[in-house]
Amino acid sequence: MSATLIFEQLLNGAGYGLMLFLIAAGLTLVFGIMDVMNLAHGSLFMLGAYVAALVHVHTGSFALAVASAIGTMAVLALLLETTVVRRLYGRDHLVQVLATFGLILIADDAVKMLCGPAPLLAPTPAAFATSVELLPGLPYPAYRLLILATGIAVALGLYALVNHSRMGMLVRAGASDRWMAVLMGVRVHRVFSGVFVLGAALAGLAGALMGPVMAVQAGMGEAILIPAQVIVVIGGIGSVRGAFVASLLVGLVDIIGRAFLPPVLRTMLPPAVAADLGPLFSEVAMYALMAAVLTFRPTGLFSPKAA
Amino acid sequence: MNTLTSPAPGGAALAAVPAAPPARAWWLPLVLLLVLAALPTLAQAAGLEFYIGLVRRILLFALAAASLNFLIGDGGMIALGHAGFIGTGAYTVVALTDFGVQSAWPIWAAAMAVSALAAVAIGAISLRTRGVYFIMITLAFAQMLYYVCMTQRQWGGEDGYTLPMRPQLGFGLDAQNEAVMYQVVLALVAVAWGLLDRLRGSRFGVAVMGIRDNDVRMQALGYPVYRLRLVAFAIAGALAGLSGALLATCNSFVSPSMMHWTESAMLIVMVILGGLGQRWGGPVGALVWLGLAETLRQFTEHWQMPLGVLLVAVALYAPAGLATFRLPRRGGAA
Amino acid sequence: MTRSLSSLRAALPTLALATLTAGAALPAQAAPIKVGIALDLSGAFAVPGAEARDGFTLALQQLGGKLGGQPAEFLMTDMGGSPDQAKQLVDRFVQRDKIDFFTGPIASNVTLAVAPSLAAAKVPYLSANAGPSQLAGAQCNPYFFGTAYQNDQFHEAAGQFAQERNFAKVYILSVNTPGGKDGITGFKRRYKGQVVDEVYTKLGQIDYANELAALRAAKPQALYFFLPGSMGVNFVRQFVAAGLSKDITLVSSGFSADEDIIPGVGEPMLGLFNTAHWAHDLDNAPNKAFVAAFRKAYNRYPSLYAAQAYDAVLAMNAAVRDVKGKVDDRAAVVAALAKANYASIRGPFSYGKNHFPVENFYLRMISRTPDGVITNRTLKPVFEKYADAYAAQCPMK
Repeated sequence: MSATLIFEQLLNGAGYGLMLFLIAAGLTLVFGIMDVMNLAHGSLFMLGAYVAALVHVHTGSFALAVASAIGTMAVLALLLETTVVRRLYGRDHLVQVLATFGLILIADDAVKMLCGPAPLLAPTPAAFATSVELLPGLPYPAYRLLILATGIAVALGLYALVNHSRMGMLVRAGASDRWMAVLMGVRVHRVFSGVFVLGAALAGLAGALMGPVMAVQAGMGEAILIPAQVIVVIGGIGSVRGAFVASLLVGLVDIIGRAFLPPVLRTMLPPAVAADLGPLFSEVAMYALMAAVLTFRPTGLFSPKAA
Repeated sequence: MNTLTSPAPGGAALAAVPAAPPARAWWLPLVLLLVLAALPTLAQAAGLEFYIGLVRRILLFALAAASLNFLIGDGGMIALGHAGFIGTGAYTVVALTDFGVQSAWPIWAAAMAVSALAAVAIGAISLRTRGVYFIMITLAFAQMLYYVCMTQRQWGGEDGYTLPMRPQLGFGLDAQNEAVMYQVVLALVAVAWGLLDRLRGSRFGVAVMGIRDNDVRMQALGYPVYRLRLVAFAIAGALAGLSGALLATCNSFVSPSMMHWTESAMLIVMVILGGLGQRWGGPVGALVWLGLAETLRQFTEHWQMPLGVLLVAVALYAPAGLATFRLPRRGGAA
Repeated sequence: MTRSLSSLRAALPTLALATLTAGAALPAQAAPIKVGIALDLSGAFAVPGAEARDGFTLALQQLGGKLGGQPAEFLMTDMGGSPDQAKQLVDRFVQRDKIDFFTGPIASNVTLAVAPSLAAAKVPYLSANAGPSQLAGAQCNPYFFGTAYQNDQFHEAAGQFAQERNFAKVYILSVNTPGGKDGITGFKRRYKGQVVDEVYTKLGQIDYANELAALRAAKPQALYFFLPGSMGVNFVRQFVAAGLSKDITLVSSGFSADEDIIPGVGEPMLGLFNTAHWAHDLDNAPNKAFVAAFRKAYNRYPSLYAAQAYDAVLAMNAAVRDVKGKVDDRAAVVAALAKANYASIRGPFSYGKNHFPVENFYLRMISRTPDGVITNRTLKPVFEKYADAYAAQCPMK
């Protein structure tokens, strides 16, 4: 394995991790501040991917597609929040699981009814369909660079928002100790709505960006939800910084299992077996990482909860 | 309302426990059993053999849901990985069949044992956590089992494993006969559910419910809280394993998707629909969920949406139904 | 719990049971022949599945919804490429709908999952695509007909071509399924040069950046790949976008180079060699009629999957005609099917004793027609009257 190959694979891992971060960031805020276990967050990701694919195919503009995805998810989140999610605050996690699982079923069937059961083709935007020569001998797909850049930009933006803005201060207060924040006069419901909408917008953005590299189909939300949940737990519920670090860790673990391990295994085992064990390692390592973190830091790496 | 026949140790008044089944309804389980036992004959007479298999499937999920109801409703342990134990039971059947074992009863017993062991191992680690972390850890373990089975190519991996034929029942019973298999399943599920029912009313069951309500107090009273929880977890796991083993035997096909987290979520949905902590919660939930799914499937390919709407509606508008049971939100359980 | 809710709870199961039995009591069919068709409309094989559905639909329309002159009912249902769902669907087909024939699945893993139940229920299964090696060899049974082909054969033909072309180093990329593994086994049976690496990818994978990075580092002369459906579309586009098409020749079986993939990729596919048992420019009367009808109905050239689906229905039609509509005599139906007494669109073919076809395989190349359409052109036969490698292992007579 050459150095350029290793570097290329590491970039791939970071890209995947950053996309997971977009989803996990929203999830950790919703969970941390509103204490709502939202299984349907993955469905927002899926719907964002669908909207972006449809808009892109019909208008030819990727920028418009991404903007539409973010916009529609924000609006949808507002609707959902006022009708369903608002009534889930303070309820048992079980009730939240029930309601949001129901939302998953509704969303999956809705896209099948509207767009058919077959996966949608989300084209890579023409401007990014080429390769950029990052290093001599390393052409790297431009689209993946876009994903990386967007992920980093969002991370910086969220950092600025959470740490250096008034809204962010309220969010941190709510995540640290919700009841105290209420007693201190924070308009908790406004913060809740804002957080939910922000999370949905991020999920929509992730969906729009991941569409060209994933199959846009019903059920794609469920596949991405578990890694996102694991990242939230590892990073500390309510901590965006924790979600960022955990996302990169999970991305790293994923790429090790998918790209670095199989060639090593292929020297020892039949290729089909090696192909299975690589992803298995990724998955098991991700859960093992979570178990290890919870053993040593039971509330996650960067939990913002007041001690 | 309470009719505790023996005083609890320590003499302190325990929290209210669900009343023992009122005397006037003692015949209900027996009548139900008779009706279910008569089903294959009726179905065959009407040419509706398909429903023998369907009701059999509902019975098996009723058992799995009842075991989860014991865990969540009576034990207060929200496990989002219960389908993992259904999977361990099913894959024990696969492993033993592949190895050459042909007799059903040792295979099913082994499936229960393997599932109980898995539950002890998983529970030993998970039960040290609380609240949402417990949910996530149980989910994680179930997903790990799922991925391990996905990579076991000699057992089919992602494509699943087809059992060449059902294991033999002995006693002159033909396992390939659908009605015979149905009666065996009915008998086993009835016995298992009956035992679980007795367990809930026993001192162990009452203690588990006490731990659910206030584990700090139970600890102070001298109950081995962690150990009791672990035993409850193992029992629930073993019953789910039996359910999985019978499902594998009846379908002659096992695939890792039985253990996917969405299956665990579906079990929780069944339990809540049926009535959390209620005696018949598991069976009712399984019947409603699977029955509705099958009925809707006959009319439309998009049968998931009405079910989703139902779930949201129940969650939002049946607060009374779900408020009879409150998980403790203080004292260690977050 | 409020009384209303508890009574609702009590009512629900009764309601469910009542609806179930009501649904069951819908009028039972008297005579029509029932064909169960499990389609891949969602999942990893959605694109080939849609092609197959179009092929089935065209055949049904042409036959007027009849088989062998008898009224027939075709139950087309999506099973999403999942062996689990397919098994449940087949159980429903067999026990509730009491089908007389079965066809439909694209992939080998589904085929292997459902074939035993159908054989146990004595329902003839005509495969409109997959031909797993297990069912051609030791696990063969009289009810399963690999009507389309046996998996390895396509790849053996491609391996033969690669061997004739004398590629020194070949890199192999395949999907990690039974069909994929059969494929590589078949390729290596004929290609005797150096296989640099053998990589299996996940079913349904869309992003191949990792694999392309490793491929670039390996520097082979040729890449042999088996990625059907949308996997192939995405792979070829990413391959070309990564600039690898300059140095590496692409060779594939017909699955990765047919009408379901070409429109998605376009020009970068020109010059790709591939092998198949059929091409839309095959010169026989039934094929010409089929292609013309398909183009008229759907405005595009048919792919392999559509052609195979169409052919499977023709085969059923001929069998029902030969047993004069008496489909309950399953032994007679099986015997009639085994004779393949009809004009197939791929030209003359017959079944081996393991109920897998003995047929021709052709070399095709993607080129531009005089009208500017990019599609396959048949170059020459690679194998004639070619049987599969597993027939000897089948215990059937």
